[in-house]
Amino acid sequence: MIEARNLSKRYGGKLAVDHLSFTVTPGKVTGFLGPNGAGKSTTMRLLLGLDRPDTGHASIGGRPYRDLADPLRTVGALLEAKAAHSGRTARNHLLCLAQTQGLLPDRVDQVISMAGLSAVARRRAGGFSLGMGRRLGIAAALLGDPGVLILDEPVNGLDPEGVLWIRNLMKRLAADGRAVFVSSHLMNEMAVTADHLIVIGQGRLLADCPTAEFIDCNSKPQVLVKTSKAAQLTQLVTSEGAQVSRNGTDVLTVTGVPAPRIAELAAAARIVVYELTPQRASLEEAFLEMTAGSLEFGDHGSSAHGGATTSQYSRSKS
Amino acid sequence: MTTATVIRGGPGPLQAHRACFGRLVRAEWTKIRSVRSTVWSLGILVVTAIGLNTFITAAGIAGWDSLSAATKQGYLADPTGFLAVALNIAQIPVCVLGAMVITSEYSTGMIRASVLAVPRRTPMLAAKAAVFAAVAFVAGTLVAFASFLSAQAIISSHIPVSLSDPAVLRAVFGMGLYLTVLGLLGLAIGALVRHTAAALTVVVGVVVVLSNLARTLPGAVGQHIAAYLPANAGLLITHAHQEPTDLLTPWQGFGVLCLWAALLLGAAAWSLGRRDV
Repeated sequence: MIEARNLSKRYGGKLAVDHLSFTVTPGKVTGFLGPNGAGKSTTMRLLLGLDRPDTGHASIGGRPYRDLADPLRTVGALLEAKAAHSGRTARNHLLCLAQTQGLLPDRVDQVISMAGLSAVARRRAGGFSLGMGRRLGIAAALLGDPGVLILDEPVNGLDPEGVLWIRNLMKRLAADGRAVFVSSHLMNEMAVTADHLIVIGQGRLLADCPTAEFIDCNSKPQVLVKTSKAAQLTQLVTSEGAQVSRNGTDVLTVTGVPAPRIAELAAAARIVVYELTPQRASLEEAFLEMTAGSLEFGDHGSSAHGGATTSQYSRSKS
Repeated sequence: MTTATVIRGGPGPLQAHRACFGRLVRAEWTKIRSVRSTVWSLGILVVTAIGLNTFITAAGIAGWDSLSAATKQGYLADPTGFLAVALNIAQIPVCVLGAMVITSEYSTGMIRASVLAVPRRTPMLAAKAAVFAAVAFVAGTLVAFASFLSAQAIISSHIPVSLSDPAVLRAVFGMGLYLTVLGLLGLAIGALVRHTAAALTVVVGVVVVLSNLARTLPGAVGQHIAAYLPANAGLLITHAHQEPTDLLTPWQGFGVLCLWAALLLGAAAWSLGRRDV
């Protein structure tokens, strides 16, 4: 289990992580979502003891990372930045890490084959492609068979095959009962892999809830309506509190009034409707909107919009 | 239930730590031997130092008859003086290798993996220093004895010298020690400045430039400053013959060099523990 309590980190004048608290529990994939520069990597570096927090503390299995006796047996980490000597072969890289934890060379060979690196194990890491390098990082993370995995943007830049491999691996690791904490800036990626989401923007917590709940709360239901009397229908539904945008001459996107009610209104007014399709706004859009809010309104609750976003997310948090 | 808890608790912190250091040393040995450039550089360093020392000694001795009486007297007084070539060739590279043992971890990003594996960073630095010291000692001692024996064979007709002569064994053995500790000084500087090029500049500045500049300082204060600088003090152990102007005995000088290295390694450990990586 990973716990962050009131974590803050300032780089120069910029507050990269702002009083962040959350818990990551075992047995599921927890997505750590935020736009680039939101503070995801910094938070992970704080969890891993690579950086010291200015306030707060982080613990893994109840202990700060620095106090873990053989940390790789408890936590496996994949960092976004390179973390291998370019002049050393993959096998020797893993071997020297294994030796620090008192792990046997057999385990090195095991993770090499688990990560699909057998063919290149005796090649120097400097010549590895992005995908190979990522596999080497995963192999290092799995070395100590840890109960907690912290993966920073593991699918970033990978080809579809690599993306699929990482997705399945994460799901398998979580199914084993491990805590898998994975960062991404792509909402759609997290929607397919994560069971739980922790969303941050500008170093602040924006949401902490199950993925399904996040989707329910954040993708506003919309209805696509096709009709010859677009103007008349627009008037009817807006009087019921809907927001309407018009695409082309006869297509409306209605937000705020459910599809059955639109049908009733149209029928009562004898308006012919050719098409009435309930839709979900794209999750990516919802995420962008949320994080854009956090970027625009640095001060929570200082504006009407900011206030609305906050209440929306406190709802999703509860 | 209780038994399970005890088993899960594993060894106590002390036990774990003692077991750890051996592992860390083994890991650092794997690191140092598995980077080809380090192995090659060290090999080239050893061969070049021995080879050039032999060559220059041979060239020098060929003109023995034309040397001035004073120079001859100098050689006769300290027959280990001809090791200066090997010493001068070896001292900067050994510092650079020492610095690169750690700066290469920063430049390649390996340091992050190292620190994730050993989050208490001082033992990692200690293991690194121990392994590098052992490697540098073997290489330095090899250079010292091989250079001495080859040169001894060349000069024996003019300058009779033997390892059993007073202080000669200490001077030759001391050369290996000097190179080892100087290399550790380089490692400490590398850990402090973290960049290869910057570390190189500082190393050359400390070992060569400062040492020579300080010798030009006037007066007793200047003499003392010069005498206590790391390379100047450390070099005394490589001389079989003490100059009347030497302020320190050979072992005192070596002690001063060791203190410098210990001080800088301490600073490096402190900074490594505090700074983000």
